[in-house]
Amino acid sequence: MLGLIADVSYWTQSLLRVFGGIVAILLPAGTIVYVFLFKMMSFMQSRLGPMEAGPFGSLQLFAEVGKWLQKEDLYPERADRFIFKMAPLIVLSSTFLLVAVVPFGPDAWFTNFEAGVFYALAVSSVSVLGILIAGWASANKYSLLGGLRAAGQLIAYELPMVLAVVGVVIQAGTMNLQQIVVAQNTGSIFGWAGLGNPYILTQCVGFVIFMIAVQAELTQAPFDMPIAESELVSGYMTEYSGFRFLIFFIGEFATAGVFAFIASVLFLGGWGVPFSWFGWTSIDSIDNWMNVVGPLIMFTKMMLLVFVIMWVRFSYPRFREDQLQRFAWKSLIPLSLVNIMATSVLKVAF
Amino acid sequence: MVAQNIAFGIVAAVMVWGALRVVTVNNVVHAALWLVLVLAGAAAQYVILAAEFVAITQVLVYIGAVMVLFLFGTMLTRARIGAERELNNKSWWLGVPSSVLLLGVITLALVSGFGDEELPKDAAVVSTQEISDLIFGPYLLPFWALSFVLLVAVIGAIVLARKD
Repeated sequence: MLGLIADVSYWTQSLLRVFGGIVAILLPAGTIVYVFLFKMMSFMQSRLGPMEAGPFGSLQLFAEVGKWLQKEDLYPERADRFIFKMAPLIVLSSTFLLVAVVPFGPDAWFTNFEAGVFYALAVSSVSVLGILIAGWASANKYSLLGGLRAAGQLIAYELPMVLAVVGVVIQAGTMNLQQIVVAQNTGSIFGWAGLGNPYILTQCVGFVIFMIAVQAELTQAPFDMPIAESELVSGYMTEYSGFRFLIFFIGEFATAGVFAFIASVLFLGGWGVPFSWFGWTSIDSIDNWMNVVGPLIMFTKMMLLVFVIMWVRFSYPRFREDQLQRFAWKSLIPLSLVNIMATSVLKVAF
Repeated sequence: MVAQNIAFGIVAAVMVWGALRVVTVNNVVHAALWLVLVLAGAAAQYVILAAEFVAITQVLVYIGAVMVLFLFGTMLTRARIGAERELNNKSWWLGVPSSVLLLGVITLALVSGFGDEELPKDAAVVSTQEISDLIFGPYLLPFWALSFVLLVAVIGAIVLARKD
């Protein structure tokens, strides 16, 4: 299993993993911003989007990053300066902690946590802290309202997310993301192993709940009350400019990518192909080339899921605050509890 | 266990400093953020003790939920930017003897309970399955009792909050 990297020393391995983590954050974030935010949104609105910088505007993002980096590091006069500056870093570090458990291949993982899913859900909740104190430290009523809205929304939608994942955990019998991938690709549908058994088939309710919760956790429309531009200017981000705004911006789209990675591991079979295709029996017998193909498969699935997230974002108008809370507490949470009950009954029955 | 001991010492020192700042700093939100540091330190100690599941639960429950609700509550009611003079209670010195007493009691309990016992050299990570086997096996009754207490607290909160 460790054929490829067993000869590399511990420190080199760690350096490689850190570098891989940075790539796994920035590459999806940049791709998502260019493909979906710049181009897909423009086409949906019958315009071309950025066309000047590079072929088809593909270098527009670098121009934007350059613009943000050279701006002055502003803060409001009455702001709590230290916390104001720290808040975006908390949000981004939560994203970096999150990507650490995502497996990209049989050996291409950063850490192989026993309780991987649980860890992912725990560290993703840390970003709320950053958003909340960003809103408070800005010394601006719009910012504070945005921060409070974000906190209420993220707490409400964390629950259905956790409960939707429980169904997958019950079916796989493990919380380790790597083993969840293996369980899906060695499974079979009524004895036919040609597709494995991606949990989107048996856990379709859980998948829909998870994706709705992800949409809300990312504060993408129709769940974008925390930054609602027609009501709150830009919510908790109102006072941020320059590279601190850039950190929030990267954090938003990188987290979208990482959540899509996690969703594809949980529901779409992750990096794997059905093991029966190549006669593999367990994770130890997988050929080494899967460490190269695996990340590509993950990237494709991530793009598909982010496409859905962005499609919904550009298509639906914003909910009202009370509608949002009612939807989480009265529809999603009871539904996911029923899903858990049904899953465990079926698990015991079969 | 040398590396673990050094890590324990560093994290413990940060936790003690953070805990002192929680009670001395004169801004509610700053105090809450220092408390976050203390709780994160506790999670780090659990990781050093190879108790992965407990550490993650600590992060999920205390940092992700309790502290967020705490900050949410203070920001909704009163959380000014800058120092607040009246934040320190007049009877703050009462806390000193009680915390010293608590420290003594806990130290006594730990020393008489464990003495010179040492952790195994290569402590294996306690798997989640072992914990769940314990909770839903020998400790099922206390678990149920705890769930019942939590349920009562939830119902009590609803009864108190509802106007009709």
